[in-house]
Amino acid sequence: MELRKSYFADQRKDGLHEIGQGRPRLDSPGHVTGKTAYFADRNFPGMLHLKMVRSPHHHARIRSIDISEAEKHPGVMKILTARDVPHNVYTILILIQIGPEDETVLADGKVRWKGEAVVAVLAETERAAQEAAAKVKVDYEVLPAVFDMEEALKPGAPLVNEYHGQNHYLYDSGECRKVRFGDVEAGFAEADHILEQTYQSSPIEHAPTETTGCVVAPEGNDRFTCYTNTQAMFFTLDNASIILQMPGSKLHFVGGTVGGGFGGKVDVIVEPIAILGAKFTGRPVCFIYSREEEMQISSPRAAEKVVIKDGVMKDGRIVARKVTGYTDAGAYSRHSPYGAQKGAAHYPGPYTIPNVWIDTYCVYTNRTPSSAMRGFGVTIGDFALEVQMDKLARLIGMDPLEFRFINAYRDGDMKAHRQPTEGAALIECMQEASRAANWPVAEKYMAMSSYRKGG
Amino acid sequence: MAIRRGRGVAAINYPTGMNLGGDPTQALVHSTPTGNFMVTLSSVDLGQGMKQIMAQICAETIGVPTDRVIVDTADTDTGPHCMGTFASRGTHRAGNAVIQAAREARQVMLEVAAEELEVNASDLETDGQGNVLVKGAPQKSISIFDVALSAHFKRGRSISGRGMFLIPRSYPEKETGAMKPSTCYAHACTVAEVEVDDETGEVTVLNVKNVFEIGRALNPKMVEQQLVGGSWMGISHALYETTEPYYPNRDHGGTDFNQYLMPGPGDLAETEIIVLERPSADGPFGAKGPGEMCANPQIPAVANAVFDAVGVRIDTLPITPERILRALKAQAAG
Repeated sequence: MELRKSYFADQRKDGLHEIGQGRPRLDSPGHVTGKTAYFADRNFPGMLHLKMVRSPHHHARIRSIDISEAEKHPGVMKILTARDVPHNVYTILILIQIGPEDETVLADGKVRWKGEAVVAVLAETERAAQEAAAKVKVDYEVLPAVFDMEEALKPGAPLVNEYHGQNHYLYDSGECRKVRFGDVEAGFAEADHILEQTYQSSPIEHAPTETTGCVVAPEGNDRFTCYTNTQAMFFTLDNASIILQMPGSKLHFVGGTVGGGFGGKVDVIVEPIAILGAKFTGRPVCFIYSREEEMQISSPRAAEKVVIKDGVMKDGRIVARKVTGYTDAGAYSRHSPYGAQKGAAHYPGPYTIPNVWIDTYCVYTNRTPSSAMRGFGVTIGDFALEVQMDKLARLIGMDPLEFRFINAYRDGDMKAHRQPTEGAALIECMQEASRAANWPVAEKYMAMSSYRKGG
Repeated sequence: MAIRRGRGVAAINYPTGMNLGGDPTQALVHSTPTGNFMVTLSSVDLGQGMKQIMAQICAETIGVPTDRVIVDTADTDTGPHCMGTFASRGTHRAGNAVIQAAREARQVMLEVAAEELEVNASDLETDGQGNVLVKGAPQKSISIFDVALSAHFKRGRSISGRGMFLIPRSYPEKETGAMKPSTCYAHACTVAEVEVDDETGEVTVLNVKNVFEIGRALNPKMVEQQLVGGSWMGISHALYETTEPYYPNRDHGGTDFNQYLMPGPGDLAETEIIVLERPSADGPFGAKGPGEMCANPQIPAVANAVFDAVGVRIDTLPITPERILRALKAQAAG
């Protein structure tokens, strides 16, 4: 890695003692020698293991649940169903007044995705829990399911989530988050060329080295300590408090060292049910995802579809950009309404465009609920935007890098969401990339600055 | 049939934090009796090095070496509130909270040192080595060890501070979408060079030149580890990863790392990282969040390079050999 200190040197105070120094990490010797303690390294006498009975169907009504055979299985201590969960329907962002509550801790009457948690089995050993889980009988009436966002938005599509009433999130702005800036139709009318393209992605997995999980130990004083690898301690504590209808003072969360997250450990999925198990049994409880559960059950990055329509002039200026973004939330919201909204704020990318029109939708389907992942709401948008930029440049016969210089935002430029640009540095990144990759651009672009001096 | 070479470019920006959802983080700092400093947080270290960075920020602010700082993260009985480690917010939000807490603690430390040295606190400075000195008369000094002992055992002072970073939540305006989603933006530009085998559809990323602008590299070695790892993830996202190869069909989902493809050591591209620093006005020592941004520009850069190599556009991720071959076939037919 090279630090190029010549850029923005007037804005930076160098010569500090600790900042700017490549000091070795204090915790790295423990990590590389396998001595660092993670949550799963804690083992308590009498610890129970929790295994989930999960839906084999994408969408089904639950006619009945029979746990009688499973209860008799040797080693089984407790079996939990929806009626054992004090506040079974929840949503993670309710803490910041984003509703409605739309997800069940344990399925109640219906399952909305394949893999949804239906019954929790607590047993003396992992094996006993697994064997007993296999003996739980759930009678399902399979319902029509919808997996494709466009299909889900059509009239008459199977309704994925009754708590929403339709297959998209309802923002205060309506069915989508909108951004309107300038007059996009006037921009298209003025443009020399118009290009409309559609981009798509499929979900990806966070693939953390350490799978999601927690270990809960009763403190003996009506409090529970939950050792967890959550990425957000109080998010988890506060949501557990709501779900379990327990005062937060009864909950103690310990974490802090996590083997990779990338956004996959922000959902509050394992902790509340494990704490509930510890409360019912009075014993420590361990609930850790297998690799298969991590891959199949934990939230992936949402699939997205992005439609971009641009109006561009022969001289390289983009004069209008219309973006419609669709985020596949799967069956439940989790953080997806936020991601779709973040996407709306991100378009039209780091470019100054006078006329912008954006709609972003959060769509419900009978797929695994998606949620936060590194680059949440932005990554797929950047893929779409930057491939589109390449196509536009070639459409007007311009060098793709030079084309970006013409449109790059600079200090003071007004963004589509009506914030003036501050601290821009796109031009300098491109100048440095031009040098590093030996991809020459015209001298006038090398003389540009994000400060708006020199062209 | 041939191996064809191409290159592509992409440029991006990325917001730090999550103003659209409320974004507070708090920190506490206190000194032990022997002048070590404890930072208490509820932020989580995901392996990216949060603890180390917070130690360096606290050390710089108080004026002690980093190894005099201990960071206690993520125990809700002892740590103040943190929204969480996500949204490229850790260094920026928690860092600001730590600076504020450390400043308050430093002020108490200097007041105690001033009493011991019989000077005004405003006349004191730290040497970064563990001592408090009188400005212009460095022979007149006291060690922070002795300052802490005095505070704890003689003067009854708590060398401690409270820190908070909160940006009021931004509510988007319904019709126009006017909003303040973030306070600062990191930037990047990547040029990727690829080889595409037009017989098998296989893509090899030969090299990536990544330029990242991250406000301030607080610990350049740790910045490097994050940026190199992120670049790898971007390439992986572009060419390999998918939980459902035939989205939206839920079949064929991977269940382990044998079935879920990611590039292995033999697939690593030659990776060049260049870092620019345009300090953010509201960042701790100017830092922005590089954590997510660094995995994004490789994806379109690789897609554009594939087009440059073989003349087909793959607008659906991931860019698999199958998709390339189908596109080449369609191109030949058309």
